Amino acid sequence: MTHTNKERGLWGIGILVVLLYALIPVVWIASLSLKKPEEIGDQKFFSGFSFDNYDAVFSDDTFIAALVNSIGIASIATLISIVLAAMAAYATSRLNFTGKALILSGALAVAMFPPISIVGSLFDMWRAVGLYDTWLGLIIPYMTFTLPLAIYTLSAFFREIPWELEQAAQVDGATPFQAFRKIIVPLAAPGVFTAAILVFIFAWNDFIFANTLTSTDNARTVPAALAFFTGASQFEQPIGAVCAASVVVTVPIIIMVLIFQRRIVAGLTAGAVKG
Amino acid sequence: MATAQSAGAETVRQTAAPPKRGMTDRARAERKLAWLLCAPAVIAMLIVTGYPIGYAVYLSLQRYDLRFPDDKEFVGLSNYADVLSSWSTWWQDVINTLIITVVSVSIELVLGMAIALVMHRAIFGRGPVRAAILIPYGIITVVAAFAWKYAFDPTSGFIAGLPLISDTAQPLNTHNGSMLVIILAEVWKTTPFMALLLLAGLALVPDELHEAAKVDGATTTQRFFRITIPLMKPAILVALLFRTLDAFRIFDNIYIIQPGGALNTESVSILGYNVLINRVNIGLGSAISILIFVCVILIAVFFVKALGTSTAQQRGET
Repeated sequence: MTHTNKERGLWGIGILVVLLYALIPVVWIASLSLKKPEEIGDQKFFSGFSFDNYDAVFSDDTFIAALVNSIGIASIATLISIVLAAMAAYATSRLNFTGKALILSGALAVAMFPPISIVGSLFDMWRAVGLYDTWLGLIIPYMTFTLPLAIYTLSAFFREIPWELEQAAQVDGATPFQAFRKIIVPLAAPGVFTAAILVFIFAWNDFIFANTLTSTDNARTVPAALAFFTGASQFEQPIGAVCAASVVVTVPIIIMVLIFQRRIVAGLTAGAVKG
Repeated sequence: MATAQSAGAETVRQTAAPPKRGMTDRARAERKLAWLLCAPAVIAMLIVTGYPIGYAVYLSLQRYDLRFPDDKEFVGLSNYADVLSSWSTWWQDVINTLIITVVSVSIELVLGMAIALVMHRAIFGRGPVRAAILIPYGIITVVAAFAWKYAFDPTSGFIAGLPLISDTAQPLNTHNGSMLVIILAEVWKTTPFMALLLLAGLALVPDELHEAAKVDGATTTQRFFRITIPLMKPAILVALLFRTLDAFRIFDNIYIIQPGGALNTESVSILGYNVLINRVNIGLGSAISILIFVCVILIAVFFVKALGTSTAQQRGET
């Protein structure tokens, strides 16, 4: 197919618009994070580089605690849901049994669940049993959205695995364990890894549970900490510091998303289209 | 819907029924293994969602205010009556939520379709576009909300400095302006997801159909509305289902952009939060929670029905 210069030009403009759309707020928040307090209102995208806000954020115990809480809670929630979901996804994609469709549609139904519907009862229960403001107190409700997402993406990925290879390896003299470890694990690993990234991003993003079920540095995660950030005066939001903290928690995720973009796109759409 | 479902059930029964009588040991072992493998995930999902929602139903039938914990008492449906009879809060918030949902999902559908088409027919630069649209997806919603809030706020933003926009414009000080910023933040963050779902749907439309229509003299617009859209209908409905339910639960954006749902920007989730956590009225708040849950089920049923009809139609036609 050949394209005229005009067509190329139009596509170029289209691509540019999409790039601008995606990047403007990110660039703006990065720009604010590098400004000195007196430059915050200057309406300019670039007005000098000051790392004061970053110094302030990294010497703030609350932010460091939130970072540790976020990483810990999101990682544990990801690990648990991936392990449980991998077993279920193996069953739904490889074994023959009645109720398979029920499990997948059940997972979909749970994914639609509005978190606000259980915030009140969790708030009441957790305070009674001592799970309020603890890691476990957040990890448990995170299962409401991490598990269905993991089951969905993993089932879609596992369906693509040529499982016959396992038998072939056994025919060639491999033990069942060897066949699993040398053939199946390498084939399944990319899918599992992708599902883990998606689940981690979801858990990392949660605000409503983190906001309602925590109250101190004990378990408060980054999104909740950002919302409660206070500056020198309690009534003024420390814009520069909020932006610096935002950049710190955004950059690693963006890098991860960009490195694994192909897989993430596959993972995001797999569950919805094939399921 | 009904026909598609019963047909599906028929095939399941046909394949499942015969082995029941003469089920081999192998098949029985496979079924047992399958249930063992699924059990932990299924039980975990039931416990983490079923138990709290059941408890919320129980709480919603109580007078239970944490400021007066000793007054706890069974009051039947009176919390629901209180919520449903309050036009200025519950119904106003339902309207706000529906406005945000309908407007943002409509914009997302159009924008998402445009981005999906750009990516699908890309002459060059598909990689950068995909990378760019994944950025909003990876960003924490709270961070994105701050980004837009600070962009529009005159003390820290650049929007007021743009040409064609009044220097004194303060959208965050008005109801309409705040709703627009909230919708913009929602659209910005979730359009990528919509675009990717639609792109996957576009890939399922066979090129031959387009070629054939081209030969018959159909214009690009005709082909888009007569071929692409009808064939993509299931993918579009799935995308709409996901995004509508998600938008209906909107919380993070409003919480950050207009704290507490000020200037009448309150959504139903914000209302639930305010009553449960700020006013610690657990009974009344739980009634709101359950009503939101019912709304979500109604929306889901509506879309699943529509999806069933459209796939049944497609099967009938081809």
